[in-house]
Amino acid sequence: MFPAPASDSYGKPQVMKARVTVTLKTGILDPQGKAIEGALRSLGVEGVTSVRQGKVFDIEIDGGDPKKAEALLKEAADKLLANTVIENYRVEVVG
Amino acid sequence: MKAAVLVFPGINRERDMARTLRLVSGSQPNMVWHAEHELPARTDLVVVPGGFSYGDYLRCGAIAARSPIMDAVRTFAAKGGLVLGVCNGFQILCEAGLLPGVLMRNENLRFICRDVYLKVERSDTPFTRGYNAGQVIRVPVAHGEGNYIADGETIARLEGEGRVIFRYASPDGMIDPNWNHNGAINAIAGIVSERGNVLGMMPHPENHVEEAIGRTDGRGLFAGLTEALGRAA
Repeated sequence: MFPAPASDSYGKPQVMKARVTVTLKTGILDPQGKAIEGALRSLGVEGVTSVRQGKVFDIEIDGGDPKKAEALLKEAADKLLANTVIENYRVEVVG
Repeated sequence: MKAAVLVFPGINRERDMARTLRLVSGSQPNMVWHAEHELPARTDLVVVPGGFSYGDYLRCGAIAARSPIMDAVRTFAAKGGLVLGVCNGFQILCEAGLLPGVLMRNENLRFICRDVYLKVERSDTPFTRGYNAGQVIRVPVAHGEGNYIADGETIARLEGEGRVIFRYASPDGMIDPNWNHNGAINAIAGIVSERGNVLGMMPHPENHVEEAIGRTDGRGLFAGLTEALGRAA
């Protein structure tokens, strides 16, 4: 049997929304960001001085405990979502 | 030689690798599916082949590096077992933490599919005993993410400990930015682990082993491995 999902007092499963943002560490060369920066310039988008490309993961989590959710997201980022040799990450529980 | 060639969804060079291993060593390797938890008994060489495991989703090699078989490979490597990773295999070994550093997008942002020249830095490893130190070999590359980087401290350690085994070079063995196709730091094309038993390299030596293809420069790597393992057995 699968464990029953966490539910609120009305018996409805509770889902939390979260976002993990992964960005390249400072000093790591980002050829894709550089190409995008060049493309913006050639499109006439003025005033852009630098572009760094990153990734956003929108994640849904069972349960209603933001502290637990944050720990789980950190685990996910450390184990898979980010390569901490070159990337930093930020986790946010949106609600 | 009792080689195990790992197979992940999206890998496409495993048959080239198996063919080369059979051709050069005379024994048929085992093909091992990523969901396995153990390597076949008496495996003495693990090969992580090239291709596009999981379609390069997330980061090249990231998902394959976390598959069940990689725990067995980690244990095997920790005991000193020989591991060879080529192309996506190199990316997988880096993501798995078996080798330091990362393979980033090629500096020119293009997928590079061509022959390159490699300078063999050392001949005193089980992987390169079939070559002479300083020898230049010509082998193909086919990758979009082969631009090796690591932090300054790691690079200094790799260089200081003589762990850079292959470098992109000119045909006469000069290290020259014009011949460093993907922009890798210090023209690094292949490195070994601290103990020297895990080699990761971007180029494909397995594709230059037969006269019919036109060149046999890659043969030395597999012949050397066969000899090294034969002697150990």
